[in-house]
Amino acid sequence: MSNHKNITTIEQELIDDFSLFETWEEKYEYLIDLGKKLQPLDPAFKTEEYKIKGCQSSVWIHSFTKDGLVYFEGDSDAIIVRGLVGLMITVLNGQPAKEIVNSPLDFINTIGLSSHLAQTRSNGLRAMIKQMKLDAGAWQVNPGSKNVQ
Amino acid sequence: METAEIYDVQAIRAQFPILSRKVKGKDLVYLDNAATAQKPVGVIDSLVHYYSHYNANIHRGLHTLADEATAAYEASRMTVKEFVGASSPDEVIFTKGTTESINLVAHSWGKAFLNEGDEIIITSLEHHANIVPWQMIAAEKKAILRVIPINDDGILDMEAFKSMLGHKTKFVSVVHVSNALGIINPVEEIIRLSHEFNAVVLVDGAQSSVHLDIDVQTLGCDFYAFSGHKIYGPTGVGVLYGRKDILESMPPYQGGGEMIKEVRFEHTTYNELPFKFEAGTPNIADVIALKAGIDFIKTIGKPAIRKHEEMLLAYATAKLKEIAGLRIIGDVKNKVSVISFVIDGVHPQDLAILLDNQGIAVRTGHHCTQPLMHRLGIVGTTRASFAAYNTLDEVDLLTQALNKSLKMLL
Repeated sequence: MSNHKNITTIEQELIDDFSLFETWEEKYEYLIDLGKKLQPLDPAFKTEEYKIKGCQSSVWIHSFTKDGLVYFEGDSDAIIVRGLVGLMITVLNGQPAKEIVNSPLDFINTIGLSSHLAQTRSNGLRAMIKQMKLDAGAWQVNPGSKNVQ
Repeated sequence: METAEIYDVQAIRAQFPILSRKVKGKDLVYLDNAATAQKPVGVIDSLVHYYSHYNANIHRGLHTLADEATAAYEASRMTVKEFVGASSPDEVIFTKGTTESINLVAHSWGKAFLNEGDEIIITSLEHHANIVPWQMIAAEKKAILRVIPINDDGILDMEAFKSMLGHKTKFVSVVHVSNALGIINPVEEIIRLSHEFNAVVLVDGAQSSVHLDIDVQTLGCDFYAFSGHKIYGPTGVGVLYGRKDILESMPPYQGGGEMIKEVRFEHTTYNELPFKFEAGTPNIADVIALKAGIDFIKTIGKPAIRKHEEMLLAYATAKLKEIAGLRIIGDVKNKVSVISFVIDGVHPQDLAILLDNQGIAVRTGHHCTQPLMHRLGIVGTTRASFAAYNTLDEVDLLTQALNKSLKMLL
C-alpha cells in the first residue's frame, strides 16, 4: 500500500511531535490525553493471560493479525501507562511481524521518556515492549494461529 | 542560652549534602524517609575516613590499622547497645538489615525450637520481610502461621490476638510501626500477653527505631530488629538485638570465619556472642558509620525530632484532607510521621510520576505489604514520610504539586 508507513517513519513523526513540547507538563498531558483516548480493551482480554504484571500497575496487551499484518490493543489501570500503550500501538500497529521483532524502537530514548519510564521496574513499558515483540515473533513463526501468547 | 528549645531545621538540613540537589530542575523535596533516610555529613565522613585511614580486617589482626578498625567497630556496637537499651554488647548482632535479622531468628531459633503443630503469630500489618521468613520455616517444620486481624483503620484486633494465644503459641513476631500506614502497634501489651504463654517475641523495629524511644528492657521483647539506613546510617547494615540467654541457646545461622572458636575436620566449636552470629568479614565500614547516624539522632534528641515530625504530620494531614477525593489510610491518633493516602480515580503510579517531575520524592505502591493492601481493598497508596530535616514549606510544595498533578490527570 502506498500510504503504509514503516516503523522508522512513524518513530520520526513522534520524535518531531515531542520536540515541540517545551515543558514536561506538555509531554505528560499528551500521554495522559493519549491514555484517555485509547480504545477500551474488550474485557474478555483483560485476564491474567493477557496481563503484563509490572510492580505498580497492570497492563494488558492483546494482538491479532489482519492481511498478514500485526495489530495490538491494550489497556492499563494507570493513565500514563495507558498513554504509553497508545504510543506503542501508534508505532507498531499494522506492521509486519518481522519489522516489529527487529525494530530497536530507539524513539523512546529520543523523546526523553526512557529515563524515568523505562528504567525502573515499577512501570510496565519495558515489559510491554518485550511482550509486543514476543507476540509479533509468535505471529511470525505461526501466522495462522489465533491463540498466540 | 535557650537553644535547647529551638529546633533549627535549616541547620539540620545543612548537614545533609543531598538535600541541596535539584531533581528535574527543581529543589528536591525528599518525602520517602520511611524507605530510607538521607545521610548526614557525619556518616559520609565516617565512611571516607575509615577507607582513607584505617581500613583493615577486624578482631584478629595484630597491626595498628586492625586495632583501630576493631576499636571503631566495637565502639559502634556499644553505641547501638545504648541506643536500644540492651543489657550487654553481646546482645547486639550486626546484620545486613532488618530482613536478615528476622531471617536469622526464623532460621536459627525456628530450626532449634519449632515443632510440628507449633504456632507462630504475626499481624496483618507486616512487611513481607516479617511474613516470608516465617512461612518458610513454618513449611519446613510443619508449624502454623497465624495472623492477627485489623479493623478498617488498620488497628489490631487485640481481642482476636488474645483468643489466638495458647500453649501452642511458640513465637510472636510483630511490627512495631507499620511501614505502609505509620500506625504504632501496642507492642508492650503484645509482649506481656505473649510471655504469659512463654512465647518468644520479636519486634520488627525497622520503622520505630528512628521515631520512638526504644528500650528493649522496658519493652520486654526477646528480639528487636532494625536497619541502619532508616536511622540516617548507611545501607547494608542492620541490627538484631536478642536476649542473651536466648541467643546463647540458638545454633549459628551461618558458618565461616569469625564465628568459630576452634575448627577441626571432626568437630568445630563456635565462638561466643555476638561473634557466633557474625560469620565472615562483616560490613566494617558501614557498621562504623552507623555510629555517626545514631550520634546525629542523639545530638538533636529523639524527643525534639519527634516533636518536629509530629508538627509536620499534623500540618500535612490537615492540608491533604483539603484535597477533594483524598482519603488517608490509617488516619489514627497513634502513629508516626507517615501519611498514606489514596485519591478517587487516580492510580498511585500516575501520581508518583507527576510528583517526581516536580522534584518530589514519595513512595507509591503496595509498600511490600501486599496482604495488608488486599485486606484494605486497595492496590496501593501514595506515601509521604517525614524526617528530622523536612519543613513546613515542603509540605506546602507537596500539596501544590498534588493539586497540579490532579489537574493534569482528572
